[in-house]
This record gives sequence, C-alpha cells and structure tokens, in this order.
Amino acid sequence: MKEKGWEEIPIGGVIDKAGSAAEYKTGDWRTFKPVRDEEKCTHCLLCWIYCPDSSILVKDRKMVGFDYDHCKGDGICAAVCPVKCIKMERE
Amino acid sequence: MSKVIALMGDQAAAEAMRQIEPDVLAAYPITPQTEIVMTFAQFVADGLVQTEMIPVESEHSAMSACVGAAASGARTMTATSANGLALMWEIVYIAASTRLPIVMPVVNRALSAPINIHCDHSDSMGARDSGWLQIYCENNQEVYENIIMAVKIAEHKDILLPVMVCQDGFITSHAVEGVKVYNDKQVKDFIGEYKIRHSLLDVDNPVTYGPLDLQDYYFEHKRQQSEAIKNSLKAIPEVFAEFKKHFGVEYDFIETYRLDDADVAMVALSSTAGTTKVVVNELRAQGKKAGLLKPRFFRPFPKEKIVQALSGLKAVAILDRSESFSNQGGPLFTEIRSALFDESKKPLTVNYIYGLGGRDINTEQIKSVFVDLEKIVKEKRVIESINYLGVRG
Repeated sequence: MKEKGWEEIPIGGVIDKAGSAAEYKTGDWRTFKPVRDEEKCTHCLLCWIYCPDSSILVKDRKMVGFDYDHCKGDGICAAVCPVKCIKMERE
Repeated sequence: MSKVIALMGDQAAAEAMRQIEPDVLAAYPITPQTEIVMTFAQFVADGLVQTEMIPVESEHSAMSACVGAAASGARTMTATSANGLALMWEIVYIAASTRLPIVMPVVNRALSAPINIHCDHSDSMGARDSGWLQIYCENNQEVYENIIMAVKIAEHKDILLPVMVCQDGFITSHAVEGVKVYNDKQVKDFIGEYKIRHSLLDVDNPVTYGPLDLQDYYFEHKRQQSEAIKNSLKAIPEVFAEFKKHFGVEYDFIETYRLDDADVAMVALSSTAGTTKVVVNELRAQGKKAGLLKPRFFRPFPKEKIVQALSGLKAVAILDRSESFSNQGGPLFTEIRSALFDESKKPLTVNYIYGLGGRDINTEQIKSVFVDLEKIVKEKRVIESINYLGVRG
C-alpha cells in the first residue's frame, strides 16, 4: 500500500471508514509461521476459535489454511491443536 | 442590545458560557477558577441552560470527558487553573492532536511547590507546546469577549483546535469590573451552529478516534497540526471581522498602545498590560516616548505583527510572568527575541521575570523598567539580559 502524504489523510488521526484494519497486513510481523499436516487435521476448529487475528481460513466447516497476510505467528493454533497437526516453522 | 453589569472575571467567563450554552461542560473546581464552575452550575440548576454538566472526579477526567463529548460532535467546554491543568496534561495533548475544538478558560495560577494559589503564567505557558491556541485577557471585558470568539475560532474549518482563554488569577478573576454584555440572541447568532465532520455517534458512518499511529503516519498528523496553527493566522482575522460586524468591537492578535512613535516599549500579557498603560501615560506626559505591546494571542504566535510593531524601536523590555528555567529568559522573551533575530533593524531586548506566585507588580516597578530601557538606549547595549523584577535579593 502506497503511504499517503499529510494533505491526503483525515485530520486528528481519525479513520473515516469502518473495517479498514483488514487492509493492514500484519503478516510481516511474523518470525515463525504455522504449517499444518492436512492428514492429521480433524477439523475440530479449535484453532479457528482461539486465533486472535481471524487468520484461520475455514470453508464448509473445514480448516483449509492460514491467512498469512494477517497471521502474526503467535503460535496459539499450534498450542491448542489437540492432534498436534500444526507446527511453527521459522520464516 | 447590550448592558453593562458588574462582574468578576470568573463571572464574566461564566456569563459568556451561559450565552454560548455548550452541549457539554465537564469540569472540576479549583481555585481561582472555582467561581466559573460554581456560577455555571447555578445556571444549570436554575434551568437557564440545557448544557449536560458532568461534575467529574478530577481534571484528568474532565478533559477526558471533554474529548469524548467533542468527538461525538458536542460543543464542549471546561475550565481550570494551575495544578488542575497539570493533572489534565496527558489529555490536553490528546484534545489538540485529535483536533477537537474544546474551549477552556484558564485562570492563571502558579504551579506548586511550594503551594500557591495566586497568579502567574507557569500553568498555561507550560502548555504552550501542546497544540492548543492561547488567548490572554487584560480585563474582564476581554475575558467575556474572547471566550465568545474562542468558540468560533476553535470550530473554524481551517483550524479545528482547542483554545485556552487565559486570565490572571484573582487579579481579574476576582476583581469586579463593569462588563458590557450583549444579549443572548446576538451571541447565539454570532457563534452559530456547530457540525462536526466525523461524529463518533454517527452509526451510519462509523469512524475510529484515537487509533494507534506509529512510525508510518504519526509524523504526518503532527505536520497537519503545524499547518492548522499556520492556517489559524489567516482564519482568526475572519472571526475578528465577524465579531466587529456583530458587536462593533475590533480585535487583533496584538494590541499596541502609544507605540507608533515610541523609542522604548514594554511587552506584557494580560492584566500587567493594563498597569503598564498607566505608566506609559505618565511617561508620555513627561515627554518620554514610551509605549506598550500587548500580545493577545501567544498561540498562534503572531510573529509578523510583533516584528512589525517592535522592529523600529530602540529598546524593548519583555515581561514574563513565568520562569522556564532555560537560563535564556521566559517564554515570551525567547520567542519574541527569536522572531526579531533575522531582522536587519531590530531593538535591543531585555527580559524581566516578575510576579511569580502572585507577587504584586506595581507602577513603580514598571517605571523602573523604563528607566533601565533609557539606560540601555543611552549605552546602546544590554548589560543583563535576564532580570528578576520584584524579588528580594
């Protein structure tokens, strides 16, 4: 995202549209990234419940991957996974 | 259309606030501001205003409540003094940075310690870098009129900054003077309606106030604040012109008194300017070319006006009712001297720190400063730049 100049942004630090946090890519904060063993995954979705950044991608009630644009690599998913199918790998 | 009534400076402030009738007033009483809050609370109790008055538990809460109210789009006011302003400190900066047009009468009082309830400008001068505009009032009439004007200045679309309207604790806040009060409708017509651009309560157009702002955008927001201060130098004269149109009274960033043909002059804020006028008249009667410059605004700092008024003089004494402990003089002195620095033609400047903790400043002391100025002119040099007027040695 191209950063804007001082004349282009709302004054007072106001963010004038809702939901814009999604545009802020926090994925580059990550040191370790979660990697899933699809064979082992039981799709219990505990990772989806616990992830504080809504970075567990779910389709048709199945865990289908990670939103690496926003995943900060906190490792919570790996810690709560009951079948240990998520590993944290160094970027 | 108007009437003259006897009011203390604090009551003059409260009367202006009654006529403005802000949507929200959040305040905590502190000497010598107490009578503002007390008088206004009576107006609320008597049903004379519809203002939502929030009697908070501290000044930190007062300014916090003001920030919330102002972000929702309410016309918002508070008032404070000294230690109260100090306790607000964190939120004082947030109010300005968030660009909320809050108006706050400040009744100038010394900061502790040792504890002191009397006038000096150490409280508001400490807030000079907070991003607020600051108006200093000589007398109760100016208190009344400046507060009314401050609303319009704060809310001006090219400014959107909070404003402190400062007056001297006890000296004017508790002195009764005749104040020409306009009728309520005139004041309401002048200030008009206020509509915020982004209201926190507008659920159809949701916005975020006070987000995290790191290395990538904080600097841009500060740059906007600098621009707002610069813009205010152009926008405030529009408010002066409108005030003149409505009330027939002329205001400017500075007031000059017998300065046009003067050789020497004094610069002083607030009530001391009034005392100086008496001395200037006495000196003029003796044929001495003395004058006075009274800055009404310290923020924005009206550099061009001040330079224009002073550059032709031979020597100028700048009086500061606060000590900045910089060893370079008080805040008024350092800024005026800096403003004059690039001028090829400029007066010799000398600083007097005076009146701390409410120490009396009388005509004899002011006369002694003019005697010093004569000596400076004669010798064409300043021997001691920073002086302390009225302290025992």
